[in-house]
Amino acid sequence: MASRLRKKQKDDFGTAYRGHEGQWSWMFHRITGVAVILFLFAHVVDTAVIGWGPEAYDRVTEAYKNPAVHVLELGLVLAVLYHSINGMKVTLIDFFPSLAGHIKVVGRTSAIVFVVSAAIVTGIMTKQIIDLL
Amino acid sequence: MATTIERSTTSGDGAPRPPRDYTRGSERPVGGFELWMWLFMRISGIVLLVLALGHTLIMHLPSGGVDRVDFGFVATRWASPFWRSWDWMLLTLALIHGINGLRNITLDYVRKPGTRFAANMVFYVLGFTLFVLGTIIVVTFDPSNWPPVA
Repeated sequence: MASRLRKKQKDDFGTAYRGHEGQWSWMFHRITGVAVILFLFAHVVDTAVIGWGPEAYDRVTEAYKNPAVHVLELGLVLAVLYHSINGMKVTLIDFFPSLAGHIKVVGRTSAIVFVVSAAIVTGIMTKQIIDLL
Repeated sequence: MATTIERSTTSGDGAPRPPRDYTRGSERPVGGFELWMWLFMRISGIVLLVLALGHTLIMHLPSGGVDRVDFGFVATRWASPFWRSWDWMLLTLALIHGINGLRNITLDYVRKPGTRFAANMVFYVLGFTLFVLGTIIVVTFDPSNWPPVA
């Protein structure tokens, strides 16, 4: 698969790694990072509404308490989780360069940690969604 | 504001790159501002592992998640200087970390210098505004301004 991606790639602009180990985690890291910062922009504003009193703030938080928004919320939590775990992987490799020689093991370990914790989080939050229905 | 970025293995304007040594980990900026930001992303990332992931898990998982959040919940929580400090540090670090991330992405995908500058200015102004707004609220919030309805 790596070689196929390399052949297809005429210009490597914006695609560091070019199909090597880390290509997918690099892409997911970007996507989850952008998703989280976009939510943060909204979240600072919705929290700031508390400065306008209980009536205003409770109207805002009410918007978060519906099943459809809970599905988006699950996506947000998974994005934070992925970005955290993959970010630690990147930081560990950068600070302990000898780990780069074991990139496959490190990458798979980080993927397994994410999948297991994502399954737990999804279980708990799915129950919240079902309880709301 | 530098529009070019020095990277250890990049040859720049479309010239063929030397083959990357994938056993050496990710590219690290050679020096200056970019190296400091490179370091900041990793240090703040470690702190945010506690602040941001902690905040996310605490707010979304136990006892009904965000459904328990209302004015009273925040008033109780912000009665503690510990949580106010946590939230303010989270606000500050997450905004800088996130906006530098967006800046890094524009370096990859927005190639016209003018467009990139404009995009980054939007991020900086938005980030600074949200930092000021969030700081004012987290410092000045006083629930006794709204006495409970009898």
